[in-house]
Amino acid sequence: MTHVVVDPITRIEGHLRIEAEVEGGQVTQAWSSCTMFRGIELILEGRDPRDAWAFAQRICGVCTTVHAIASIRAVEHAIGATPPPNARVLRNLIIAAQNVQDHVVHFYHLQALDWVDVVSALSADPAKTASLAQSISDWPLSSAKYFAGVRERVKAFVERGQLGIFANAYWGHSAYRLPPEANLMALAHYLEALEWQRRFIKIHAILGGKNPHLQSFLVGGMATPVDPDAQSSLNLGTIAALRSLVADGVDFVTRVYVPDVLAIASFYKEWFSIGPGIRNYLVYGDFPLDDSSHPELYIPSGIIHDQNLSQIDSVDQSKIDEYVTHSWYDYSVGDDKGLNPFQGETRPHYTGPKPPYERLHVDQKYSWLKSPRYDGAPMQVGPLARMLVAYALGRPSRAKELIDKALAQLNAPPSALQSTLGRIAARAIEAQVLVESMGLWVEALAENMGRRDYRIQDTSRWDPSTWPEECSGAGFHEAPRGSLGHWVHIRNGKIAKYQCVVPSTWNAGPRDAQGQPGPYEASLVGTPVAKPEQPLEILRTVHSFDPCMACGVHVVDARKREIVRVRAA
Amino acid sequence: MMHSRLMQELERQGVSRRDFLAFCTSMATVLGLPKAASAAIAKAVESDQRPVLVWLEFQDCAGNTESFLRASHPTVADLILDTISLNYHETLMAAAGSQAEGVLDETVRKYKGEYIALVEGSIPADSDSGFCTIGGRAAIDIAREVCGGAMATIAVGTCATFGGIPAARPNPTRALSVADAVPGVKNLIHMSACPANAENITALLVYYLTLKQWPPLDQYRRPLFAYGKSIHDGCERRAHFDAGQYVEEWGDEAHRHGHCLYKMGCKGPATSQNCPNVQWNGHTNWPIGCGHPCIGCAEPNFWDVMTPFYERLPNVAGVNMGKSLDPVGLTLTGVVAAGAVVHGVSEVVRYRRGHRPTLDEKAQEKKEEKP
Repeated sequence: MTHVVVDPITRIEGHLRIEAEVEGGQVTQAWSSCTMFRGIELILEGRDPRDAWAFAQRICGVCTTVHAIASIRAVEHAIGATPPPNARVLRNLIIAAQNVQDHVVHFYHLQALDWVDVVSALSADPAKTASLAQSISDWPLSSAKYFAGVRERVKAFVERGQLGIFANAYWGHSAYRLPPEANLMALAHYLEALEWQRRFIKIHAILGGKNPHLQSFLVGGMATPVDPDAQSSLNLGTIAALRSLVADGVDFVTRVYVPDVLAIASFYKEWFSIGPGIRNYLVYGDFPLDDSSHPELYIPSGIIHDQNLSQIDSVDQSKIDEYVTHSWYDYSVGDDKGLNPFQGETRPHYTGPKPPYERLHVDQKYSWLKSPRYDGAPMQVGPLARMLVAYALGRPSRAKELIDKALAQLNAPPSALQSTLGRIAARAIEAQVLVESMGLWVEALAENMGRRDYRIQDTSRWDPSTWPEECSGAGFHEAPRGSLGHWVHIRNGKIAKYQCVVPSTWNAGPRDAQGQPGPYEASLVGTPVAKPEQPLEILRTVHSFDPCMACGVHVVDARKREIVRVRAA
Repeated sequence: MMHSRLMQELERQGVSRRDFLAFCTSMATVLGLPKAASAAIAKAVESDQRPVLVWLEFQDCAGNTESFLRASHPTVADLILDTISLNYHETLMAAAGSQAEGVLDETVRKYKGEYIALVEGSIPADSDSGFCTIGGRAAIDIAREVCGGAMATIAVGTCATFGGIPAARPNPTRALSVADAVPGVKNLIHMSACPANAENITALLVYYLTLKQWPPLDQYRRPLFAYGKSIHDGCERRAHFDAGQYVEEWGDEAHRHGHCLYKMGCKGPATSQNCPNVQWNGHTNWPIGCGHPCIGCAEPNFWDVMTPFYERLPNVAGVNMGKSLDPVGLTLTGVVAAGAVVHGVSEVVRYRRGHRPTLDEKAQEKKEEKP
């Protein structure tokens, strides 16, 4: 038996450490540890709830926007503010752009190098690469000349002897199985995606002033004025720019990202049965399609228990509890108890080994993440959970269509999605569903302009004197990495308590009081490891969740328990 | 020069020499250099000598990393990155675990005194606290070693520069800026803002590559080329401020027509950065341009001194204006109101430059403000 430590896990956001036991060429046990804590929720206490989104957004700069969205929804829920239609549509556009951009960057810049061998690409034949590229897509950058140019560029880079970010990786590892031509094609698209993400994210600059950390959110709406007859507002010029950026997004996702994922997957099909882990799924849902108090959601909410797609349960917040049995916090009620977020406590207490250390005390406390559980069970959240719920419910219909198409192309059953490779495929399919949907909201914005609907914010609730002396609320959101919730308690116009339960906490959290592992830990069990000193396969499974540790570390500190309906409006 | 490797690479990417020189000219503009400097920049970035960089992330959100990825002259900026050897960057590097640590160790040893360290995120003061460890080592120990051996250290973003959000009241982890965590590092430069603007990070590197010297800094160690002027002074809405035309309510006519956001809480008058000129994401927009007030993100302790964000300037926590700028004054029209505000602004600037209030003093002020 070999004890493997991977720290830092790179190509993620934040600080993640994996320890694993490897025996007989595969992982038998794994422990996921987040090694950084800031305490942003404690910092929020006593502040103006209208400022909270700006603080919360800084929980993460990779998934920028997501904590701002959850925060304004939580405060709006608490104070009774209702964003007008323009704000709903603008938020949907911002959320969709974030998901799509983040998924593309995750695949090419954070995940791909686990499957794509850069060194092998240097021996690719450009003509064969062109045939391969043309066989999977009609994307125009696919000539032999083009691929020869990319190969030469990378070759020149390598020959200069300074490998920079590509140095010391697992190049040549036996688990890399793409032919050189597929490696070269993927490498070309790595570089193209780097250019594309800069272009596409201009949607955020138009609607939010800048990216990362957009600055147009407001409790009760958005700060971007809408007026077709004013040059300092979102106007028809904006609509034209958005149409063109969305079209560019649809183009890249459907002609490059999705075909690449399916092509690469076809060389690694055994990974459709590796890494399923926890087969319970949680989705809050998002993208409200109307302005009612119970809007229809474009991405529907639901719970799947033990991979049973024939029964989708509704989400009940009171069933969420968090454990700190293996987390560096103390609970006054005892560390073996779970606490609902509204009763939660936050008392950071590091009991891990004194740095520098070699091994964590994995039988004791070993992470800054808590262990959220739904009805006592660990849940997987993220694009796979969302696509499974959408598939089971048959809506949006485009999700089902695209999933069926991908499965047919890969000649794989729907159960294949519940795997390391399935998570990667589900993310790509979701990106296509969402980028295609963005056109709907661009046109909805144009229609509102045509009606001269200038409302962008619920001004009736801006002044804190209009708020109840004491109120609480919860805001829910589907972030790129999964279901996100913020809870806020407001007293005398100030934040009394603030808490977040975050996607990466659901997925990357440690074992709970019953010893049940979290989704990362469960998925790693059974993952093959050919060379324990080069644990490439561990990275594949961990990266398939798209870890975001700065998000995952939060504190939960609210006193009142109350049932909160899932609300994403 | 046309046949240098860089130019060959540029041409391969479809970038003409003309485009490249245009880029160099725009860089010179960002840097506030004379037009003739663009030739020197072109020469410098074509050099085969690639300086070695290591990018450390501690108590961070990777927002500065993401910002860096969005540099606005995409094709050329990509090559500017090729001109630099980014040896260690956890978010981007292919290697992981001990192989990643190996790269850092080797770089720090092999290029001792020659490499540039970039730091993103604050650093917990106590190495035993466990609040931030990487590869089992405390952040502060890594920072001491890596920044200690660097030729220069660039604190990227407000967390590394001033402690940022982790250090905001009540600073639960005793988070420190690089300057406080690693006293005495050589050539420490602060690129504040949340996040730092990619254009300014790139410009700083080009500045060094071109002139082989680091730029003059303001009192907070920020390059004058990016932080030498207040947002207010460069603001496209300044004429409305001078004319006393203010947004009063979100979405009102004044808001739709781009009037001044001062009364909605804009911190532009107390914030130094080149946002109005350089803007964001390829000169696409900037926060005031999209209708939201500046939140002062480039300034020390802005999470405490610039909040509440929607309170107009003299009333925020970090500035104690007394009664000299009664809000009623702002309802006056034209010159009188503008004069009062200008007076207020200069008071704010004086206050901030002369004295950085401690957290205790600020708490005291807050107490005094309460009836």
